[in-house]
Amino acid sequence: MPSVRFTRNIQRHVDCPTRDVDGATLGEVLRAYFAANERARGYVLDDEGKLRKHMAAFIDGRQIDDRETLSDAVSENAVVDIVQSLSGG
Amino acid sequence: MSRCHVSTRKGLFTLERGGKGWAIARAAFVGDNVTLSMHDARSGDLYAALNHGHFGNKLHRSKDGGVTWTEIAAPTYPEKPAGYTPKMPVEGTPVDWSLKLIWALEPGGRNERGVIWCGTLPGGLFKSEDAGDSWTINRPLWDDPRREQWFGGGADQPGIHSICVDPRDARHVKIGVSCGGVWTTRDSGKTWTLTAKGMRAAFMPPERQHEENVQDPHMVAQCRANPDVLWVQHHNGIFKSDDGAATWREITDVSPSTFGFAVAVHPQDPDTAWFVPGTSDEKRCPTDGRVVVTRTKDGGKTFQAVTRGLPQQHAYDLVYRHALDVTADGRTLMFGSTTGSLWISEDGGDSWQPLSSNLPPVYAVRFEKPLD
Repeated sequence: MPSVRFTRNIQRHVDCPTRDVDGATLGEVLRAYFAANERARGYVLDDEGKLRKHMAAFIDGRQIDDRETLSDAVSENAVVDIVQSLSGG
Repeated sequence: MSRCHVSTRKGLFTLERGGKGWAIARAAFVGDNVTLSMHDARSGDLYAALNHGHFGNKLHRSKDGGVTWTEIAAPTYPEKPAGYTPKMPVEGTPVDWSLKLIWALEPGGRNERGVIWCGTLPGGLFKSEDAGDSWTINRPLWDDPRREQWFGGGADQPGIHSICVDPRDARHVKIGVSCGGVWTTRDSGKTWTLTAKGMRAAFMPPERQHEENVQDPHMVAQCRANPDVLWVQHHNGIFKSDDGAATWREITDVSPSTFGFAVAVHPQDPDTAWFVPGTSDEKRCPTDGRVVVTRTKDGGKTFQAVTRGLPQQHAYDLVYRHALDVTADGRTLMFGSTTGSLWISEDGGDSWQPLSSNLPPVYAVRFEKPLD
């Protein structure tokens, strides 16, 4: 089951503990995570469900390609990192 | 206790007037970007809008005067229909249906407990009927094809920064849009009329300068005692309406400048208004490095440039649209600047005293006002 980790900076606003959740794409993994942590969704995704402009996502250390529909594949034992990018902010 | 909330790039600062004058009593959200606050005199609740660079825009509410805060719902845009293609006319790009900035917060009428209006970038007007626990976008305005013609003024997307609820009839609301003129509803937002006739947009080609939907009113201020009188600090001048925004008249020959962002009108005297001018569109700092407040007491026939207590050399303070406010009695005014200065006047703007020169950039200044 993929594991999702969040940047330390987001914890100041909303608790986002590391959790293992089901999903075969980044979108599925995040939907599963946010299902149990609804408030965190708006800190990571915008109103259109895209990754926020100044956020970044990595799957096993590789930055994702699809920020809009979050279709990047996530393998069964992958580690997903959600961090703030160094642009803007 | 007189109280004022100052929203800044690095926190929300609450000032109170004690026996020794005004002083900062507390700070909240230190380090965070607080773009706006709102005090609701009906409930006593206080609201703060935060724009986290990475994590988006959030709203917080305090029920104890700003000592403790709880995050509440932020306005959320509806889902964009499949195949939606309109693009902003100037930028040539589609509007994102996603919250970029909370740019206006205003309580509804005195008998509409729990009603709050919220203006946003890009171009959204939201309403809450439960004190901010949930928000609904105003579809009649959002779906108006003229809304799709709005364009950004200083920002990449258009936005609603001014909301004026008529104290005589809370169904009667006016909004200011940069860039999209002034709009009026008389039925709580079911229908809208574009009401910017008489405004002039110097930044447009000559044949389009008087179109109502291209105007850039930086800020709209309504007199509480005579709500048919409205003052606008526009991108290229000062405009006034005496007929509830049906028509507007440009006021020229104001020294040192008619360019600026902020305007405040005396709550009881519609002929008295204050502005804090910059030099011009292309030079957004005080003329000759001198901070002045321009004030009229005769409805715009004449203006005084008040300098007493304000820096008169090498001052480069710009005052944003929400960063000037006046108390309900019209005697006390406060404004803050992009360089973190904050000034107070307790004589109707005749003279000013510095309260701080070391704050973060100031976005908004809001006094707590009693329910009238």
